[in-house]
Amino acid sequence: MEISANTQAVAYLISAILFILALKGLTHPASARRGNYLGMAGMALAIFATLLGNQVQSYGFIIAGVLPGAVIGTVIAARVQMTAMPQLVAALHSFVGMAAVLVAIGTYLNHDAAGTLNPVMMGELSAGIIIGAITFSGSVVAFAKLQGLVSGAPVKFKGQHMLNAAMAVATVLLGIHFGMTESMTSLVLMTLIAFVLGFTLIIPIGGADMPVIISMLNSYSGWAAAATGFTLGNLLLIIVGALVGFSGAILSYIMCRAMNRSIINVVFGGFGSESGGDVSAAGQAAQKGVKSASVDDAIYWMEDANKVIIVPGYGMAVAQAQHALKEVMDLLEARDVSVKFAIHPVAGRMPGHMNVLLAEADIPYDHVIEMDEINSEFPTADVTLVVGANDVVNPAAKSDSSSPIYGMPILEAAKSRQIYFLKRSMNPGYSGVDNLLFYQDNTSLIFGDAKETIEGMVTALKGGGH
Amino acid sequence: MPDTLVALYVFVLSCFIGYWVIWGVTPSLHTPLVALTNAISGIIIVGALLVTGLESAGTAAELFGFVAVLLASINVFGGFLVTNRMLAMFKKKDK
Repeated sequence: MEISANTQAVAYLISAILFILALKGLTHPASARRGNYLGMAGMALAIFATLLGNQVQSYGFIIAGVLPGAVIGTVIAARVQMTAMPQLVAALHSFVGMAAVLVAIGTYLNHDAAGTLNPVMMGELSAGIIIGAITFSGSVVAFAKLQGLVSGAPVKFKGQHMLNAAMAVATVLLGIHFGMTESMTSLVLMTLIAFVLGFTLIIPIGGADMPVIISMLNSYSGWAAAATGFTLGNLLLIIVGALVGFSGAILSYIMCRAMNRSIINVVFGGFGSESGGDVSAAGQAAQKGVKSASVDDAIYWMEDANKVIIVPGYGMAVAQAQHALKEVMDLLEARDVSVKFAIHPVAGRMPGHMNVLLAEADIPYDHVIEMDEINSEFPTADVTLVVGANDVVNPAAKSDSSSPIYGMPILEAAKSRQIYFLKRSMNPGYSGVDNLLFYQDNTSLIFGDAKETIEGMVTALKGGGH
Repeated sequence: MPDTLVALYVFVLSCFIGYWVIWGVTPSLHTPLVALTNAISGIIIVGALLVTGLESAGTAAELFGFVAVLLASINVFGGFLVTNRMLAMFKKKDK
């Protein structure tokens, strides 16, 4: 069976609509799964329409690629831990980037053999290779940092930005030269430099900025697909590439806004490298010392509370404490305590990271509240429990203009009656900034592994209490 | 209108659609959004199929295409299925 070019075009249009509806489905958790199914349908339609079109004539290599790909993808999706989602996404972004590079080179080879190259196409092809290669190596670095294969700390050297700028200019010039002269050397050089550029662009960015980087690479992978669409004259690829590209760009913007930083600042300025020279308010407060408390102290306040707000952060993910938190929630709710979770947009290592982990632990999504909505509730909270978060509740962001995080929107945990901080040590957060909240009169720190501490709470609550 | 210009029209208008659709996404689903857009960007598989399946494709192009098909299909399958797994976890209080 073979379908005409027109039929194929109509199928692509339907497929594009399905993708748009799929994204639209994510407006609300209740419609999200249906959205995802629509996305699957769109993809299946696109693939079959392509296979049945008259351009695809030999199927050997295609089957050889799709079958193992399907098996690998399915197994990964079934087995990956929810805490490892940022790494998985980074790895998948790198695949899209590499695929874009390979498709561009393959297209070049095909057209070269047929003698149908033209400068416009070679320009588009170069764009696909450059964006794809940057996406690939950038994502590989992000993956390595998230997986802990390399240190998450920013890697910086003198002249780094100049070098990156020079490489960016070089790839463009080589792309133009290739377009005009069909020089194979230029093509190869351009590709290699673009791979290196993706690497050097991402190494200076620290672990805490990963939500931005994940979003940015998400965006790049979309632009890479769009560039491929231009090369192949395939409108579906262009539409989808633009959708994905914009999605990533908007997420990057939201993440940056949540840190009160510009995207330029994130990309060019590694956070946490500058150590504050002046004695700040935080430094002065540090001399006051901190109070530490036991699990029983916290439970004493929590079980008689009307409202408890829990602020989870990356530390919760590391300790895998979300399931124990769910038990605490259930036990408190059985005592008529209202329990809510407060989420800062950049908590964790990717956008929405905390929401997924809490959902994994069966915590209903209507208990999980975004920053803007929950901030007005902290003054009426009897206890706020901070689990593995730090910078996102630091009042220095509001009060201390000398603080590097000054101006960042925060969760106003400081306003609640009692604050308990679960911490492993007194090490500062990823920004390297001391937390003023530690030294507030109504704050106590509970030292230890977050999961063990929370399991201790579960035991205490089950024990019947006071 | 030349094809490249048509492509540009489509591209620019799609950017607008993307802009409006994505702002509607609830922040609690940002991780599934990244996973889903990632799965959707597996649409690059269409490009890979076109390169690999071309009747006149040389061995080198076929090999490049083959690897691209492999990577893209990991994306498509892995991306959609992991998104599904995540979304299945988002529940309201009364199931």
